[in-house]
Amino acid sequence: MLLIHCPYCDEARPEVEFVYGGEAHIARPVDPSTYSDEQWEEFLYIRNNPRGRHHERWRHTHGCGRFFNAVRDTVTDVFEATYKAGETRK
Amino acid sequence: MSGFRLADGGRVDRRSKRNFTFDGKAQWGYVGDSLASALLAQGQMLFGRSFKYHRPRGILGAGVEEPNALVTVDRGPGRVTPNLRAPSVAIYDGLIATSQNRFPTLKTDLIAVNNMLSAFFPAGFYNKTFMWPRGAWEKVYEPIIRRLAGLGDSPTTRDPDHYDATYAHCETLVVGAGPAGIAAALEAAASGGRVFLIDEQEEIGGGALSDPAQWAWLAEATAKLAAMDNVTVLERTTAIGHYHQNFVVAAQRLADHLSLEDAEGPREKLWRIRAGEVVLAMGAIERPLVFEGNDVPGVMLASAARTFALRYGVAVGRKIVVMAVHDSGWRDALALHAAGVPIAAIVDLRREIAPELAEAAREARIACYPGYAVTSVSGSLAVKGVTIALAGVGKGQKLDCDAVLMAGGWTPTVHLWSHAKGSLRWDDSWGAYVPDKTHENLRCVGACGGDWDFGNGLSVGLLPAPKPLHESKAFVDFQNDVKARDIGLAVQEGFRSIEHIKRYTTNGMATDQGKTSNLNGLQIASGVLSRPVTEIGLTTFRPPYTPQSFGAMLGHHKEALFQPLRKTGIDDWADAHGAVYENVAQWRRARYFPQGSEDMDAAVARECRTVRSAVGLFDASTLGKIEVVGPDAAEFLNRMYTNPWKSLEPGRCRYGLLLGEHGFIIDDGVSARLAPDRFHLTTTTGGAARVLNMMEDYLQTEWSDLDVWLTSTSEQWAVIAVQGPKARDVIAPLVEGIDLSAEAFPHMAVREGKFCGVDTRLFRVSFTGELGFEVNVPAQHGRMVWEAIWAEGQKHGAAAYGTETMHVLRAEKGFIIVGQDTDGTVTPDDAGLGWAVGKKKPDFVGKRSLSRPDIVAAGRKQLVGLLTDDPQEVLEEGAQIVADPNQPVPMKMIGHVTSSYHSATLGRSIAMALVAGGRDRMGETLYIPMPGKTISAKVVMPMFYDAEGSRLNG
Repeated sequence: MLLIHCPYCDEARPEVEFVYGGEAHIARPVDPSTYSDEQWEEFLYIRNNPRGRHHERWRHTHGCGRFFNAVRDTVTDVFEATYKAGETRK
Repeated sequence: MSGFRLADGGRVDRRSKRNFTFDGKAQWGYVGDSLASALLAQGQMLFGRSFKYHRPRGILGAGVEEPNALVTVDRGPGRVTPNLRAPSVAIYDGLIATSQNRFPTLKTDLIAVNNMLSAFFPAGFYNKTFMWPRGAWEKVYEPIIRRLAGLGDSPTTRDPDHYDATYAHCETLVVGAGPAGIAAALEAAASGGRVFLIDEQEEIGGGALSDPAQWAWLAEATAKLAAMDNVTVLERTTAIGHYHQNFVVAAQRLADHLSLEDAEGPREKLWRIRAGEVVLAMGAIERPLVFEGNDVPGVMLASAARTFALRYGVAVGRKIVVMAVHDSGWRDALALHAAGVPIAAIVDLRREIAPELAEAAREARIACYPGYAVTSVSGSLAVKGVTIALAGVGKGQKLDCDAVLMAGGWTPTVHLWSHAKGSLRWDDSWGAYVPDKTHENLRCVGACGGDWDFGNGLSVGLLPAPKPLHESKAFVDFQNDVKARDIGLAVQEGFRSIEHIKRYTTNGMATDQGKTSNLNGLQIASGVLSRPVTEIGLTTFRPPYTPQSFGAMLGHHKEALFQPLRKTGIDDWADAHGAVYENVAQWRRARYFPQGSEDMDAAVARECRTVRSAVGLFDASTLGKIEVVGPDAAEFLNRMYTNPWKSLEPGRCRYGLLLGEHGFIIDDGVSARLAPDRFHLTTTTGGAARVLNMMEDYLQTEWSDLDVWLTSTSEQWAVIAVQGPKARDVIAPLVEGIDLSAEAFPHMAVREGKFCGVDTRLFRVSFTGELGFEVNVPAQHGRMVWEAIWAEGQKHGAAAYGTETMHVLRAEKGFIIVGQDTDGTVTPDDAGLGWAVGKKKPDFVGKRSLSRPDIVAAGRKQLVGLLTDDPQEVLEEGAQIVADPNQPVPMKMIGHVTSSYHSATLGRSIAMALVAGGRDRMGETLYIPMPGKTISAKVVMPMFYDAEGSRLNG
């Protein structure tokens, strides 16, 4: 079971307190109506599946309830960093 | 009958006997014996029948690697455990053990005819043979194969034992308490940190238990560990798996070594241990050698014979031949000889033997055959002799013997290392994979780390033999009956990766997970493919390290504690009034309230009629509720839901439809605006947490500029739906401060006031199509208010109704249930809810998707009503719909039934369905093929009752 550092609680807590939230840094367009079908498809469905560093979202559901971002290595599952939503991509 | 108890030696207590039975026959052993050692001491060589060919099998190993001697231990009803390894079963007075997979007895097994036919049962046999005729697999082949090939019988009665579970934290966790593990634990303990030392055996010591020279040291170290406050030693505890960040799960067996009378408390305890550092000291497992007849009872690992002699005081034979390719076989032979076990000969494939070993063997008068290999074994129920040949060539010569010991080298036990994603590297001197790199704070010590002096040796997959591979009966995986030639066949048929070869041959896929077979299988595949072992790959190690009980996995999470059961404040009342329940998203909900001898259909019909003609009470407390507060609350909801919210006046309600960004319906519910900056949202019962999570997501990550606060209030409010033409009359005497008249309090309005003297949010809403109210009061007053309404309702002929009636009533009105009439691929338009989408809104979640090409394409499945031609025929929910019932199978399915009930109100069945192009099919007849008949039904609008809605506004 992973230990995940919540950047809001500033504590490493067991994985069962968290829920995975998909790839990070995919911002919803300010005005989706300006997106072409292809752009919208990209936004909706197309995700990275890297071997290695992956930017992803987690929510500390059974804790502070906040969404935050993380960099996890998909091979080793080691968390390189976790940081607050809105902070620049690490 | 060749094993015997040595005159002295071993760690067993020769003053204390224990009596037990094996296959119904009285047996005995000493305290400290395993089931295997006690039986070997009585001369028992035959322990089981093999999985596929029912070949007679004996003991191979002395530990958890044992693939053959699987037994069932019977501790009474519900306490029957199959597939235990005889060397790992401690004996106690009254132990009842039986062998497995034989019919009718071990010695005379009728199914062993499979063995004679084994040429017809090669790798992939089942896949190739039992494909046709279609349908025969389920009815004919599978039941027969299951009876013939199998392990022990699974228990059929409830397990009366209970199982404990706990968490632990420590600085250092040492797995394996052999010399290396004990040394690591002592060293770590000296620094003062918390240390856990866990070991799977009956006592700690590991390999030292089979080496009397180490017993004094072992006793001293054991005492030292026991005296240290910061050290926890867990015996009979198997580390099942290593999970992320040094999280190790271990199962401790607390009772199985005791008679049932002596066993108190839980049977097992599951430890979840988080450690700063994990030290793996799991040792190594000796490899068998692969030669013709290597599975005859009496052929076993040299190290096992050593353990039986030196730890248990049991000789495994009276005239023993050792087949070695490794120095450790010579060392074991010499140790056995010194302990009084008769070693007749040592056969070694190597021509050059270390001089000191050869000299020692000569002094012990052991015949030596350097450069020779065993090419066959005679005997079927027990070894009678072997044939050996120089370099495995030619007819060779015969040696009489009653046991054969195999010394094929050692394989480090890297299972947990691999669970932790530690990498492995091939080590030529070991002829095996050894640990390389890890990102965890994890290290291997002793033999499992490749650091142990077993001497030198060869690494061979298959001993040289005069017979060609495809004729040989040399076994690689004893438990799954995989022969070397099966691996040859797999390669011949085109399999190249060891992962494929493994699955095709089932090598390493038995309950022992290939502890003794993986490396040999790899070597043989490498030989047949003429490619180095390292290019073939290595199969994946997965938890659990050894088979574990379901009880230990489950712990306390069974029966009532299996998962939380949520009950509303009104649940007790429902229980007292005979409610039949159904579970919805962990909530226990009253499904219907049968009276007298009513069945469900009768009760639901009565409840429906009562609501339509008088009034009904329904506990809707499980509805999800979210309080949305803040200056931007309306703007936020406007962006989340399809409907316009900004124009909603305080005091009014609105049906809200929630989509995902993909444009499909994911939730709905009626919500009220209480004040300009305050909304009371409701969600579906099952969707409450999901919807709150989604809203939090948008609020925190997309629109963090909005000043809005979300609070789950699902459990803060009791909700009582009062529905029916008499609803107003029932609640009127109980309400204070709210004008209930139709003019002052119209449909889809909300008022705050007092109900039975407590604060209420009174909604005028209807999920039934009748005049209706939903009374929200603080949860702790729910029962009191329910009883007050109930008492008032009795004056008007009220009935309590459950979820089943609620479903029928809403279906009569064509109201959807998200998740029943929708399935995650249904848009608002598909569901006929296009009216709920704010056309003028610039944006909301999912809006952009509603104009995607596939969403606007013609022919999408649309929600329609279905009326069966036979009005008494109730369609099955989920049934498939076709346009032409006479087309050939497989038919083109154009939709399915989503909701279907008998409507007491209408005196006939009604149904809703998702049908391709459904709204263009109004009036068409469609067909629902069912077993034995085809049902015809007409497509209608999904609105069966009071289409104009006049009853709502009463």
